[in-house]
Amino acid sequence: MCTSKRTVHASAVLASRFVFMFVFMFGFVFMFGFMFGFVSAQGPGLGHPISEADVAAWDISILPDGTGLPPGSGTSEQGSKIFAAKCAVCHGENGKGGSAAALVGGQPLTSGIETTKTVANFWPYATTIFDFTRRAMPWPRPRTLTSEEVYALTAFILSENKIIGAGDVMNAQTLPKVRMPNRDGFIPRFPERIP
Amino acid sequence: MSHQQPRPALDHLEIAAGNGLLHRRAFLTSGATLAAAITGYTLSETAAAQQLTDAPWSTKPGVPIPEYATPSSFEKHVVRTLTNPRGEPRTQHARTPHHLVNGTFTPNGLHFVISHSGAPDIDPAQHRLVIHGLVKRPLEFTLDTLGRYPMVSRMAFVECGGNSATLFSNEPLQAGVQTLHGLVSCAEWTGVMLSTLLEEAGIDPRAKWLIAEGADSLALSRSVPMSKALDDAMIALYQNGERIMPGNGYPMRLLLPGWEGNMNVKWLRRIKLVDQPGMSYYEARTYAPILPNGKAYQFYFLQEVKSFITHPSPGLKMSGPGFYEVSGIAYSATGPVAKVTVSADGGKTWAEAALQEPRLSKAFTRFRLPWKWDGGPAVLQSRAWDEAGNVQPTRAEVIARRGQTKTPVTNPAAFPSQHYNGPTSWAVDRAGEVKHVYV
Repeated sequence: MCTSKRTVHASAVLASRFVFMFVFMFGFVFMFGFMFGFVSAQGPGLGHPISEADVAAWDISILPDGTGLPPGSGTSEQGSKIFAAKCAVCHGENGKGGSAAALVGGQPLTSGIETTKTVANFWPYATTIFDFTRRAMPWPRPRTLTSEEVYALTAFILSENKIIGAGDVMNAQTLPKVRMPNRDGFIPRFPERIP
Repeated sequence: MSHQQPRPALDHLEIAAGNGLLHRRAFLTSGATLAAAITGYTLSETAAAQQLTDAPWSTKPGVPIPEYATPSSFEKHVVRTLTNPRGEPRTQHARTPHHLVNGTFTPNGLHFVISHSGAPDIDPAQHRLVIHGLVKRPLEFTLDTLGRYPMVSRMAFVECGGNSATLFSNEPLQAGVQTLHGLVSCAEWTGVMLSTLLEEAGIDPRAKWLIAEGADSLALSRSVPMSKALDDAMIALYQNGERIMPGNGYPMRLLLPGWEGNMNVKWLRRIKLVDQPGMSYYEARTYAPILPNGKAYQFYFLQEVKSFITHPSPGLKMSGPGFYEVSGIAYSATGPVAKVTVSADGGKTWAEAALQEPRLSKAFTRFRLPWKWDGGPAVLQSRAWDEAGNVQPTRAEVIARRGQTKTPVTNPAAFPSQHYNGPTSWAVDRAGEVKHVYV
């Protein structure tokens, strides 16, 4: 506990140098962070920058307004053949249902709370058909369908449900414009939580 | 033995509600040590008392301790029930046996799982999490990178939006708590706050939602409001201290405390910030419950305040009149559980249950109440309140708003609707059998 005047002085100098260096380094890191913009107030900023081009193969998000829909197109007639080859084994001939859900038809939703939800009686957006088919189907080999095939299958399902005409072409422009029968059938449960 | 000693007086304990419900602190305030007088629930008949002798396991050294422990061989019945054990091309459900566990968190091997295409076998070294879309800097994270971030631990329940769905049946499905309510569990989750990573990526002000996507074969995706993402969302890396179980999202999942289970995207690999919800299959179709007027709720989000009794419940037999502890779990998406009441007479009279501390927000709270069963018919119910003032509705209130099926549900794995948070009633008959009823 006994400390000479000299050592007190030395440690004070040391301390002030330390403070100076700390402020300098902190300022440097702060400035550096602002310049390059990757230091977070909460975290160490270790995320590796990646370009949208490098994410492209994973980016299969389709929004209801059509954002994200790829180039390509398809018709019900084309979709019918693909469906028979790749989908009917589970969803039944012409989507009438099998070990997996029926894709055509459906009861009115006023039939009861347990009414089976279908494309025709429930799905509010046609883009969801494209999105789910592309990301998840066929069940054993997901994401093996080409964009053309997904457009064609989407056209086939919509056409079989009489939501679009038999000859209508589905593509990035036409698909988001398809008006689903139950588009206005929804109520947000907690409206204040919807952005 | 003890049967020759005088029993403590049981008759002066404070009665709190009809049919033998005692004050929640009856045993603490009576001054009597009554532990020996409390009879337990049994899975089978209790053996009669006999003279004590050494059992074989007490007369020789035991088995070696394994590297990774599993429960006693006598606990083999404490398992999840499976709806699709062979992994056929449809959804799999694994339900937590709430009647065979106790406390407030769920052991990892018993945590409920719903998987729509099985659990991917992810190599953690190759797994990547990408944050992109409406951000200033798209970023990629490895598991090792995330391991260097400041972490937080919190208890949180995760509940499937379809848990308890068979209570929408117009007749009570004859099933136990595991079948009816097994799609909710509670764990301590440890990971990195999503807000930390979003801030690092730099949020474009146009971003109102994010789309979270898994690395499973269905690339399951759900839209989450940015407000929730910046509130208490976590990239969870650990579950009850160990790496997340494969069925629960190994090596990382999105944790949205209190929100619909399906939104807590497992095997998380991509987060895209967007200006509108994606209207994915699971939000536009599956978890949008149909209402009696033919409209449907969209974006339900919250797992509302709920409770159910686990002890006793069907499958647990009462072993004769006397003292029992009624016990169960309560939870809410909107804050800590404030109060739970229990009825033993089908809702005519209620007693306030003791709540196990700490009462954590968006986590299980265990409630307990001593009960002196007189051996006659009884109907047990519980009802919960949270600190935000939300109350668990009666079944009549739920049905008035949400409807019920036209014909009885007989398939225990059916989902006639979603988001049931009304009460559950257990009828105890004179034989001590417990069954599911509506009152």
